[in-house]
Amino acid sequence: MVGVVVVSHSAKIAEGVCEIAFQMAKAGQKIVSAGGTVDGGIGTDAVRICEAVKAADAGSGVVIMVDLGSAVMSAETALELLEYPLKGIVQIADAPIVEGTLIAVVQASLGSNLTEVLAAANETRHLHKK
Amino acid sequence: MSESLVAAFTAIYEAISRNKQMLTDLDAVIGDADHGVNIARGFEAAQSKVQELAPGTGIDIVLKTIGMALISKVGGASGPLYGTAFLWAGKAAHGITDFNEQTAVPIFEAAIDGIRQRGKAVRGEKTMLDALEPALEAFIHGVKQEKSLKECLNLAAEAAEDGVEYTKTIIATKGRASYLGERSIGHQDPGATSSYIILKALADFSQGERQE
Repeated sequence: MVGVVVVSHSAKIAEGVCEIAFQMAKAGQKIVSAGGTVDGGIGTDAVRICEAVKAADAGSGVVIMVDLGSAVMSAETALELLEYPLKGIVQIADAPIVEGTLIAVVQASLGSNLTEVLAAANETRHLHKK
Repeated sequence: MSESLVAAFTAIYEAISRNKQMLTDLDAVIGDADHGVNIARGFEAAQSKVQELAPGTGIDIVLKTIGMALISKVGGASGPLYGTAFLWAGKAAHGITDFNEQTAVPIFEAAIDGIRQRGKAVRGEKTMLDALEPALEAFIHGVKQEKSLKECLNLAAEAAEDGVEYTKTIIATKGRASYLGERSIGHQDPGATSSYIILKALADFSQGERQE
């Protein structure tokens, strides 16, 4: 199953988004948060994201969900730090973090591959709320 | 060789530390008020990591060690940006044992390329690049005129300072400041300012080191 990593400037946001997503997940599905800095501050950390990706991978790759600004750059830096076999099977979604994570987790739970999970997450950009 | 690089980095760290509050104040006006605190924390972590390296460690490893500390400890956007700069500089420095004005060029180029690609930015968007790109050009110009490393670094720092002044005149289109649009005019960019501080510290360090 494709794993999902949630990256936010705030540890609370990242954990909260994971909490919501777990409600829709299958038992044992990998959803890992990587929010905030090591010392509990607001920010992002490419090394922590790297570790989260390793923890989220079950052999089928990982989709990373990000919030704003440095989250994107830290996630991209993390991709650069990854080595074989993870390099190349990790993708960053271009999607809103809450909706995107939820849909990615549901799609992954269906056994879809990395491309399908990423596409489903990215589709949430077009969701309307009213 | 790596000992003087570590000493040079110590000088950079001290300059960042001294200017921490000023950088954060600049960021408070057009950003999220964390630039100085963030990079000071990152450079402090990097500084303590490089102190632990064995004497004689290659300059590529020293640069990589700094980069890794920055990407994990800064927290804000300058973490992946400066972190990538040092990581890419480290790659370019592989095999280089003599750091001089000639060998410095590909290392500086790789560092700035890292920032450009990580930030998907170009000059004129009120970012670090508005200080760094003119600095690199000035450095290369100096090398072509057969000036010394010390003189080239001085030229680079002067060009970076002009670049910081230039950022006051333009609208931010990247990063948090871009949310402010025209409100960002009249204020200098904190990232360009920290880039200038780094280059100025490097230039000052090279003056001191060569005074016999």
